[in-house]
Amino acid sequence: MNQLFFAVSTIIVGVFGCVAYFYFSNIVLDRVFPARGPNAGRNINRSTAIRPWLFVLPALLVLGLYLVYPVFSTFFLSMRDTSGDFVGAQNYVWLAGDEKFRESLGNNLLWLVIVPAASTFFGLVAAGLTDRIKWGSLAQSLIFMPMAISFVGASVIWKFIYDYRGENQGEQIGLLNALVQAMGGDAQAWITLPFWNNIFLMVILIWIQTGFAMVILSAALKGISEETIEAAYLDGATPLQIFFKIKIPQIWGTIAVVWTTITVTVLKVFDIVFAMTNGQWGTQVLANLMYDWMFRGSPDFGRGSAIVMVIMLLVTPVMVWNISNAHKENR
Amino acid sequence: MEMAGTRSRLTWAVNLSVGFLVLLWIIPTFGLLVSSFRDRDAISTSGWWTAMSASERNAIVRADAPDNAVQDGAVWVVTGNAFDSGAGNVTAFGITSREPEAFAPGEVATHPKGHEITVAANGDYRISYAEKPEGSRGQRLFVRAEAPPSFTFDNYREVLFAEGMGKSLLNTFTVTIPATIIPILIAAFAAYALAWMEMPGRALLIAGIVGLLVVPLQVAFIPLLKLHNGVGLGKGYLGIWLAHTGFGLPLAIFLLRNYMVGLPGEIIESARVDGASDFDIFRKIILPLSFPALASFAIFQFLWVWNDLLVAKVFLGSGENELVMTGRIVELLGSRGGDWEILAASAFVSIAVPIAVFFGLQRYLVRGLLAGSVKGG
Repeated sequence: MNQLFFAVSTIIVGVFGCVAYFYFSNIVLDRVFPARGPNAGRNINRSTAIRPWLFVLPALLVLGLYLVYPVFSTFFLSMRDTSGDFVGAQNYVWLAGDEKFRESLGNNLLWLVIVPAASTFFGLVAAGLTDRIKWGSLAQSLIFMPMAISFVGASVIWKFIYDYRGENQGEQIGLLNALVQAMGGDAQAWITLPFWNNIFLMVILIWIQTGFAMVILSAALKGISEETIEAAYLDGATPLQIFFKIKIPQIWGTIAVVWTTITVTVLKVFDIVFAMTNGQWGTQVLANLMYDWMFRGSPDFGRGSAIVMVIMLLVTPVMVWNISNAHKENR
Repeated sequence: MEMAGTRSRLTWAVNLSVGFLVLLWIIPTFGLLVSSFRDRDAISTSGWWTAMSASERNAIVRADAPDNAVQDGAVWVVTGNAFDSGAGNVTAFGITSREPEAFAPGEVATHPKGHEITVAANGDYRISYAEKPEGSRGQRLFVRAEAPPSFTFDNYREVLFAEGMGKSLLNTFTVTIPATIIPILIAAFAAYALAWMEMPGRALLIAGIVGLLVVPLQVAFIPLLKLHNGVGLGKGYLGIWLAHTGFGLPLAIFLLRNYMVGLPGEIIESARVDGASDFDIFRKIILPLSFPALASFAIFQFLWVWNDLLVAKVFLGSGENELVMTGRIVELLGSRGGDWEILAASAFVSIAVPIAVFFGLQRYLVRGLLAGSVKGG
């Protein structure tokens, strides 16, 4: 209970602190540059120039300290060894030759291809189908629900599905193995199955992200003008033709947004791998490898930072694309 | 006519496909939910999909001691019930281990020593001896019984009070509440300035915030951990609140600014003409009108902080007073890997709140998602 009290008092201090800052800084500004007297005009100009900065200052400070500074700091750290000496590109050279890093990079690229593609595909199918039926919004809710579940919770849910009992341990209680046996196959320890275990981990993220893709794409589909669809319908197009030739081309922009958003999520994937395999049996990914170097018995912040910079580099194209899109919209 | 036929067949196909898809999507969660209410033995001996059907079990029961026999007319009888707890339905019984299912309930078995044994369907047994029997070891009965499906809250009781999930639930709340509320206020002021106040470099700031949206959090861990240790903050609640505030701000500012830009400019202009200060405009006009966007972000941030594992592992300790639920579950996955009754119940304790928020406030969540990724929303 003590700590909840601590939390609540932090909220009060934080919220009142913020309000007090904004309130009093505005008053001070008005005192320093009063909007009356001989210099009223000049003072108003000055205070209008300064006031926006009062409003954005706390946000800029926090963002600067918690996101901008770390990017540069991590970059510099990536060129140092465990004792803090400058070693140039040595950590990156080590990365290039490290087997675990190559495995992680390869797995990350695999995730990068499969997860966004599958999530967007299933999302599109779900959006297209639920649009046409009466209980569509209920169906959407149920498909969307995994979005609310933590990656760790989802990992437990799926680990239970992949559960494997050895030969003399009785009936299979994992759904996947029970299905495989019912169809005449042999039960397997899916989580340790080389290569395919990566796919089984990806399924978890696809299960989570499909709802996200569906919600966004469904809204985009609803936004398509009725006229084009009516016209195609009158020309005798089948529902499938309408979907693929009329609707999809009109929502390419949204599909790209969904795809890139999931791509960024995938690049940072950590929890699922950490909870399911912790990178064993050939399932290592960059974020987990970085965590490993950061918290292992003898941490190496230089190597950890170098791995982070690789993730950063992979995210950069999406970042540039997002910025240029936002720029176009604001104009 | 033919057109109508194709259409209804198509509607059927669509309904079936959606049904299949929905089933595929909820079965994993449903399976674990069912398992969290089954007892340990049931989970480890049969799949959760059999939970609703009666399970058949073989049991060996020892009847009451012959010493306790009571006289009933000409015979001495020992009576009792084969089920020590709850009810059941006997499908067969026997008196030797070689033939444990030799008799149907109600039939009379005659023991080589002369006494007669019968077990009724409800488990009541009756052993009758011709003369007063002696001995403290009762007759062995082999009973095959159907047990009705049974569900229990014991797993939840155990994870909450014995496995520490109750404490972790409190810790998760402690992390989540301030980390959700504090960024909103900071972001709202900044978003107003970026949306409605003239300032040089505004476009650049907006571009910067869009860029920060996708910066991987991993970038921040090592420098900030060093920084927190340097200023004496170490690992603790204050540190994680600050970290979540920082990590949540880009999305908060982005969502709120996008929303505020869409508010009608005339209201703001006329308030300015009437002499209202920017602070008043923000407080009296912008903040109330932006409620939907504020709610959207609050839900996002709440779900994200509640479900987070990584930030908590880096910025918060793993002591009893600090370990959050996601961290606890990962530990249980390691230490109690095969104990599905513990894992299932733990997972659902942590999932319950986000799911409730999700179904209760889905409208705002969807609106926020749309505003965050498609222009206009």
